[in-house]
This record gives sequence, C-alpha cells and structure tokens, in this order.
Amino acid sequence: MAYKHYVLVCGGTGCESSKADDIFNNLKAEVANAGLENDVQVVKTGCFGFCEKGPIVKVLPEDAFYVEVKPEDAEEIVKETLVKGRIVKRLAYADESGKTSAIPEEIGFYQKQMRIVLRNCGLIDPEKIDEYIARDGYAALEKVLFEMTPDEVIEEMKISGLRGRGGAGFPTWMKWNFTKQVESDVKYIVCNADEGDPGAYMDRSTLEGDPHSILEAMAIAGYAVGAQQGFIYIRAEYPLAIKRLEIAMAQAREYGLLGQNILGSNFSFDIEIRLGAGAFVCGEETALLASIEGKRGMPTPKPPFPAVCGLWKKPTVINNVETWANVPVIITKGGKWFASIGTEKSSGTKVFALTGKIKNSGLVEVPMGTTLREIVYDIGGGIKGGKAFKAVQTGGPSGGVITAKMIDTPIDFDNLIAAGSMMGSGGMIVMDEDDCIIDVAKFYQEFCVEESCGKCSPCRIGTRKLYDILTKISEGKGTMQDLDQLKEIGEAMKRAALCGLGQTAPNPVLSSLHYFYDEYLEHIQDKKCRAGKCKKLITYTINDNCRGCTLCARKCPVNCISGEVRQKHTIDATKCIKCGECMKNCKFDAIEKK
Amino acid sequence: MAKLTLEELRKMREAGKKQIDTRQTHGKEIFVVIGMGTCGIAAGAKSVLNAFIAKLDEKGITDAVVKQTGCMGLCHSEPTVEIKMPGMPDTIYGKVDAALVDQLIDEHILGKKLVSGHIIDRPAGDIMK
Repeated sequence: MAYKHYVLVCGGTGCESSKADDIFNNLKAEVANAGLENDVQVVKTGCFGFCEKGPIVKVLPEDAFYVEVKPEDAEEIVKETLVKGRIVKRLAYADESGKTSAIPEEIGFYQKQMRIVLRNCGLIDPEKIDEYIARDGYAALEKVLFEMTPDEVIEEMKISGLRGRGGAGFPTWMKWNFTKQVESDVKYIVCNADEGDPGAYMDRSTLEGDPHSILEAMAIAGYAVGAQQGFIYIRAEYPLAIKRLEIAMAQAREYGLLGQNILGSNFSFDIEIRLGAGAFVCGEETALLASIEGKRGMPTPKPPFPAVCGLWKKPTVINNVETWANVPVIITKGGKWFASIGTEKSSGTKVFALTGKIKNSGLVEVPMGTTLREIVYDIGGGIKGGKAFKAVQTGGPSGGVITAKMIDTPIDFDNLIAAGSMMGSGGMIVMDEDDCIIDVAKFYQEFCVEESCGKCSPCRIGTRKLYDILTKISEGKGTMQDLDQLKEIGEAMKRAALCGLGQTAPNPVLSSLHYFYDEYLEHIQDKKCRAGKCKKLITYTINDNCRGCTLCARKCPVNCISGEVRQKHTIDATKCIKCGECMKNCKFDAIEKK
Repeated sequence: MAKLTLEELRKMREAGKKQIDTRQTHGKEIFVVIGMGTCGIAAGAKSVLNAFIAKLDEKGITDAVVKQTGCMGLCHSEPTVEIKMPGMPDTIYGKVDAALVDQLIDEHILGKKLVSGHIIDRPAGDIMK
C-alpha cells in the first residue's frame, strides 16, 4: 500500500545541527497523533543544498518546500499541509522581493545549481541516441540546417556571450567567425577533450553522460564555418568516455545525423577520434593540433592562431568539451536566454569539480557569479571534519589560491584573474588548516616540471628553478633572497614562455606568495610548518601520557623508538623518517608533532 | 536502420518525449536508473547493477527495467540509483550497496515506502522541461 504523502526532512550536517532530528521526531509523533501513519511516511534525506535556510522540510507529492523549520512547527505542517492540504505560508521561502513561495520551481535558485552543460548527465542512457533525441537532442542541428544561415548561427553565439570553458575564456563566436571568414577548401572542427588538470573531471563526465551533445555541437559549428570534418582529441586514459563516444558516433551515423547529406540538407559532416597519450601540454591548442597531425605534442608561437592556420595549416575551430556542450542549448533556447544567466561579462554556467577537504565532493554546475561561499558551504556542505577553511585552488596548475577573505567574491572569468588565479578548466581543490601552502605550490610546480615540453627555456628552466627553491624552503633552508627570486623568475616566465602552460605555471607560486606571505616567512625565519606537512621541519616527540605499551615501537618502520615496557618511550630524531605511523597508532595521545 | 529524414527525426522526438512523460506520471513500468560514470563504477556501480538484475529476477519482478546513465555530479554519494515507478515520487538513493539493493526492492519497489537515510535531492531543476 503506497502512502499518500511523503515528508522529507533534510538530514545534512547543517540541518542536523539545527535540530533536524527533533523536527523529524516531532513530525512522526504528530503524524501518529493525527492518525495518519498509514497515509504519510516521514523520512530523512541527504542535503538539499540550501543550508543557509535550513532546516528544510519538503512534502511530496505537493512539492511544498519549507525553510527554517523549527521542531515546534511540526504540528502546523501536519495539520495544515497533510490534513487540510494547505501550504503553511509562514514557513514558505520568501525571496528578496518579499514574494513567498513554497513550490521549488518558483523559488528559482533554491538549489543554487543550474544544469545546462550537465542537463542530460544522470538522466539519459548515454548509449541510447533515442533518449538524447527525446530530450530535444539534435533539435539545434535541425534548426541551424533548415532555419538559419551560417551568419545567423554565429550571431546567435555572439548574443549568447559564450566564452571558452577550457580556461582562457576567449569568446567562442570570435573563434568561429575568424575561421568562417578565411577562404579555404578545407576547414576543421576540433574538440579538446585532453582534460589534464589534477582534480578536474567535468569533461570526462560530460562525455560519459551525454556524448551526443558534443557531436551535435561540432556539427553545428561545421555548418557555421563551412567545415566537413571534425576531430575529438581525447586522452587514452578515459576509456569509458571513448567507448561511449564511439557508440554515439556509430548511432548518429546510422541515423544520418553524421555523414553525408545530413537529414537531406546537403550538409555533410563527420567526426573522428584521436587518442592522446596524456601529456598535459597537449591541452594547449597548438600542441594538440601538432599531436593530431602525428607530430610531437609541442606548442607553436601564436599568431598565426588555429582559427586561421590550424590543423594541417587549415583554418580550425578548436573548443573544449564544456564549451561544446553549451552550444546546442544556446541554439534551441536562444542566445538571449543564455546571456541572461550569469554575470554581464561571463554568461551562462560553469561546471566545477569540487574536491579536496570538502564534505560533498562532486561536480557542481552553477551560474557564473555564484560566490565561493555558496559553492563550498551550500553545495559542498562545508569542510570535512569541521576543520577551518584555508583556501581553494582554482584552475589547477595554471591557477592560484582564493583565500577566506575573498570567499564572497562572485566567481567569473575576470574576477578570478583579478584575484591572481584563473578559471582554468574548473577544478576546485579545497584546502583546510592541515594543508601547507608551500607543499601545495610545490606539488603543482612538480607537476609543471614533469609536464613542461621543454621547447622554450623560460618554462623548462623556470619550472625547475621554482621547484628547487620551494623544496629548499620546505626543508628549512630558504632565505629571504629566495622569495625575491621566486617572484622574479615567475614574472619572467609569465612574459617569456611560449605557451599557456609556461605562462601560467608560476601562478600557484605567485598567488600563494602574495596571499600567504607570512607562511613563507615562517618556513624561512622560524623554520616552522604550521600545518605539519613539511617533513624536514617537524619533529615527533613522546610526552608524559606514554604508558609504555610499546605499540609505537612495534609500528615504527625504521625502529627509531626505544624504551622499556611500561616506561616512557623516546624517539631518535636523527633516525626518524616522520612517517607519522606512531602518532596514528598511539592510543594515549602521547605523540606530539611540532 | 535507414537514415532519418527531417520528419522522421521530429516524429521520433515527439514519441520519445511522450514516453518520458508517461514514465514520469502514470506509466506502468518501474525504472531503476544506475549512475554508471567512471565515479559510479569506481564506487561499485557494476556490482549494484548486477545485484539489482539478480534480485529483481529472484523476486519475480518482471515489470522493472534496469538502466544506466552518466554521472549526476553527486560523486560523494556514488553509487547512485534513481527509482521511478507509478505511485511513488522519483527518488534518488546514494551510497547504494548490495545490502541496500535488497532493502530498496523490498521496501521501495514492493512495499512502496521510501527508504530513510539514503535519499538525495536532485541537484538542480531541469532546464529542458
């Protein structure tokens, strides 16, 4: 026997701490009082993502949405909504204009997230073209082929204000327009799926969850600029995405949505996949094109830009996966609609891969202009383990840190650059008080040293020098001069490196130096690492809590702990490798890390 | 399958939409949709999928379809499963394992009750509606 109503009580940490448990129990009791046990089920759910207005209670199937509910409100909810079928206006959400509403759709962004790129991810079966078609799939391609001229398509893209989601934020319509204007017998469309930022995986998820959206978008661009051939450059370490793309391409060809004479329109377009071996530099467009041509993946100086002289010296439109995924929606819903979302200069949404010390790690898609606080606390559920928020690294190895001070800055392309970071592909790694900023900068620099292609010296030598200096500082051997050197080398790389990789590689160092100067000073002057991450700067000691249980001595991999049974033990600091095993295993809090 | 003409594509889209709509309101079938992105698979979605197929078979439930989909973005709660069936609100469950599969089939599908503690709200409204 099915229930008539379902009452969902938010069981997220935020709501639990504001008495969601009491609300849950009171609701159950009130339901029993009213004799509705057989008609109503009260359950707890995960976080609704609207924590600032929590605790939240939702009633189905009415879809009534109550905010800031108190335990004593249970009676009213049961009597009004469940018994009489009326909305409790007092508990309904009121927006800034004072308009109250209890229906989630009318509340607008109660969930903060808005899904354009990820519109089909988690909804359709990615291996079934019919499901994509049923969700307005290939409607945009149909519209451009039969109702729009190539110029109108580019105009629509211009109105939308879509900027490249790969990192730099270059207006997409301009790229298309450059390529369109060049006279050439052959032109190419390329999808950059060489997602390489540590911590970013939105492109992979999009390709795995909605591959047809990329195929459709590339065909639209082909029509707009006059190209008949597309390439998807994807790294071989994304096997599932590749498999789903291949299935999607085969199905689209079977239906005649790729190939010759698409839908009888005389427009022909087909796509091939090119696998990359996973070099970070191949995400740079000129290096990527070299790799497709079968050459070593190294960048070339720009200009000429790929839009004019790209793949095999032919005009080439190259956009990243997330950029492509926006295109069909812009065509079906209109550029104006798209431009109305987000901020004035950064329209639309951005997908962020939220990872690190965050409670709800995952992919979030929010309108541009959403603040970091909303992303970290409302959607991400805050920092794991109740630790203090330290900073967020955006843009991976090309980006920088955003600190607690800037947590209320609306996030868009320009604000992030002004803050010394960049959008990058949208990786967001959350750091807490246990993360050492020098350790983090060193990690990214090590990544850049390995991924530098070596063609230009500012990048090849610069990344190595930065890494060496950071290592020196993390070992307590840094000097004040080193800080000047970091800045000097970093600034020189920004100006002189050949491609985006080298130009942005110093960003994590420069931004952390700017915002966490005192932490650098501490490492240099006090030889201290407050987060306890820099192994050379910490020592483990045993305090008087020690009962002499010998557990640490047995766990120590280098046998540097000695002492009699039931006597206080000691650590030989000269032999200690600072692995932390003793601290992890001690049951008496007797090991201290300084 | 022959190549589609414009009319066929439009017909197909309309038919597909209707199918999706009826599924969401008064359809007769039960849909179990499992998130099978890399994150879901890494968290054990394949064994959840197998468990659903085996258990539905074992219980003789023939009007249920197990389907796959991509990542919903709720990577912290993978594997995720959405159950859509007549008479019940569409419900997403997170952190599903083989033991929970039993419970979902017994309580949600057969007992028509929500299973407390694992329900997750859809992360965003649908812009395509």
